Amino acid sequence: MSDTTQNGPVLAADGTPLKRSLAKALRLQKLRALMLIAPLLLFILVTFILPVGDMLFRSVDNRIVQEVLPKTVDALESWDPDSSELPDEAVFAALAVDMKAAAELKVHTRVAKRLNYENPGMSSVFRKSGRKIGKWDVENDGPYKERLIELDDGWADLELWRTIKTYSGTRTAGYFLNAVDLKLGADGVEVRPETERIYNTMLIRTMRMSLIITFSCIMLGYPVAWLLANLPTRKANLLMILVLLPFWTSLLVRTSSWKILLQQQGVINDVLVWIGLVADDNRLVLINNELGTIIAMTHILLPFMILPMYSVMQTIQPTYLRAAKSLGATNWTAFWRVYFPQSVPGIGAGSILVFILAVGYYITPALVGGTKGTFISNLIAYHISTSGNWGLGAALGSILLAVVLLLYWVYDKIVGIDNVKLG
Amino acid sequence: MADASNNDAFVEFERVQKSYDGENLVVKDLNLFMPRGEFLTMLGPSGSGKTTCLMMLAGFETATHGDIRLGGTSINNIPPHKRGIGMVFQNYALFPHMTIAENLAFPLEVRKIGKSDREAKVKRALDMVEMGDFGGRRPSQLSGGQQQRIALARALVFEPELVLMDEPLGALDKQLREKMQFEITHLAHRLGITVVYVTHDQTEALTMSDRVAVFEDGRIQQLAPPDKLYEEPQNSFVAQFIGENNTLEGTVKEISNGVALVQLDGGELIDCKPINVTKPGERTRVSIRPERVEYNKDRLAEGVHTLKAEVLEFIYMGDIFRTRLRVAGNDEFIIKTRNAPDQVRLKPGQQIEIGWLPEDCRALDA
Repeated sequence: MSDTTQNGPVLAADGTPLKRSLAKALRLQKLRALMLIAPLLLFILVTFILPVGDMLFRSVDNRIVQEVLPKTVDALESWDPDSSELPDEAVFAALAVDMKAAAELKVHTRVAKRLNYENPGMSSVFRKSGRKIGKWDVENDGPYKERLIELDDGWADLELWRTIKTYSGTRTAGYFLNAVDLKLGADGVEVRPETERIYNTMLIRTMRMSLIITFSCIMLGYPVAWLLANLPTRKANLLMILVLLPFWTSLLVRTSSWKILLQQQGVINDVLVWIGLVADDNRLVLINNELGTIIAMTHILLPFMILPMYSVMQTIQPTYLRAAKSLGATNWTAFWRVYFPQSVPGIGAGSILVFILAVGYYITPALVGGTKGTFISNLIAYHISTSGNWGLGAALGSILLAVVLLLYWVYDKIVGIDNVKLG
Repeated sequence: MADASNNDAFVEFERVQKSYDGENLVVKDLNLFMPRGEFLTMLGPSGSGKTTCLMMLAGFETATHGDIRLGGTSINNIPPHKRGIGMVFQNYALFPHMTIAENLAFPLEVRKIGKSDREAKVKRALDMVEMGDFGGRRPSQLSGGQQQRIALARALVFEPELVLMDEPLGALDKQLREKMQFEITHLAHRLGITVVYVTHDQTEALTMSDRVAVFEDGRIQQLAPPDKLYEEPQNSFVAQFIGENNTLEGTVKEISNGVALVQLDGGELIDCKPINVTKPGERTRVSIRPERVEYNKDRLAEGVHTLKAEVLEFIYMGDIFRTRLRVAGNDEFIIKTRNAPDQVRLKPGQQIEIGWLPEDCRALDA
């Protein structure tokens, strides 16, 4: 009831500006809402945002070279990597000092590992020298150039010094370049030799197979979702249990059962041989290849396609189909022109879900994929847990993340993200 | 049923039965004949079989037994999309992913009508329901009443001879509903189309239809024009279902000269018109419309039987007065009187005598 005819801000009953008292009144509400979601926010921060951030950081992190070889990096400043001359004595002296310090802390192996990713063979040079230099008296034992080269002729290799100089910064694009089969040579970015190329193929294969899996899920899931949405409640509930049944079974059990079914001495081949469709000496190869991965993953991801489609189809009233038919449309026209367009948001939601899950899937391709049917995630897992090249694993993960976001954006442009419904 | 011999019947139901579960009949022995151009309403409580009849006519349900004919040809085995019947659904069923114009063009497209012809027809249909400017909008951007008009236009745009409407005004508010009732009737008469209209709202049925078929228990209880239906109900279900009605129970004493003398259960005697009672001793339900009851002695005819009544409640409703009485043990006896300058306003507790013309008081089945 404040006086709106006077000039200036509208006042509340007690004379404070209305805006301020409104904000005060709402602040408590907002605070309470925030308190309610605080545990979840904290959880997401610790288990999702921080790890993703850490991964992004690791994919470009290169502090190790400067930390372990600070003097060498400084001394290399004046050296021209394009020259055909080795660095001068000062650089070798700095290296000796750095290596001695590093060997005492036993960190020279870490820099060895790092540089070995970029120039295979450097690791052994560093390890061998590190052991010896640890015993040197670095104050007096000059000149170092001869001594080091005598110790290991790897130090006389120009390529080695170029690698150190190239990767002396605290940030590097090296992991990312590596992840797309490139490397940073002395003359800039260059393609890796054919024998070392692997990641592009894997990335493309992952995308292609994920698309095939998503498409198979749509084709297999659509009729099921339609039945679910249109059967009488009792039958629909039974069918729903069948759809959800896989969720109640361990992923490993499901994948293993596919192994039993699909292998060459497996159930499917046995049956085909028994009914004479396939010769006994020419059994089908259904597993440990792309086909095995596609079959097993389509099965495992099918519920994620059916459920969003079902919840969207449930909202499509049967009168739409009747209306279309009463207007003269045949069954097919009524479905294609009236029902299908309304179910597209469900297909979209299911496809995004299945595709994103498929792109990052790890266990199933590892178990049934053999060498031809593994995904990029299997390589990431290899770098994280076996090879220890976390930086490369992080770069591959980041690329995967970027690709998914890009596809999401493309989807938004083409179909529109507000067209995605879960019901 | 009206005129079973009519050879010009446009829509015919002949001995139609429908069962969903093989145990119960939802529609029992339905016979219905409609001439071209008629506006017929199927009225009844939910579960009375009226919507099932409509769905059988539209082709979405198949008759378990009997024959449904359209223009003389049996349509039992013709799929819905070939029947050429326009239909307006309860929730309009406008396709949400198409614009209004696309919705209207849909029936023309599936009939492979050329683009320019199509556009002209869509425009004409939109103008017909006064929605000419709305072609580019989506159904969700329209109000309920506007969607209703579009649904109507869509059902008419391909010029069907028969249009079915399944409670089309059910979702609208009262004022809009009344407005649309008139618009639909006018449109139907102007275009000369035959309409089968389903509703459970009796006012709607009375105001819109040429004839009303009252459904109950899978059968047509009465098929008559609105005035006949209201004034001359053929049985107590129709009397109860259509309009407000007072019921008294009793036994027939004698029938002579077209007047039945009925003794009510309290002993009082009244004169009635015998409708489906034939001989003395039969139980009967007597039905009197509230507005046909008279309590002004001067206006009652000489020698008619009157009943004592006690006023229980007087409700002022503006144009009319509604008074609740206790009559022969019935506490729910209602009378309605017009708010005229000389009208007496009754007071609760007042003792009065009421009477009526014998022909307004109908002795129906018990």
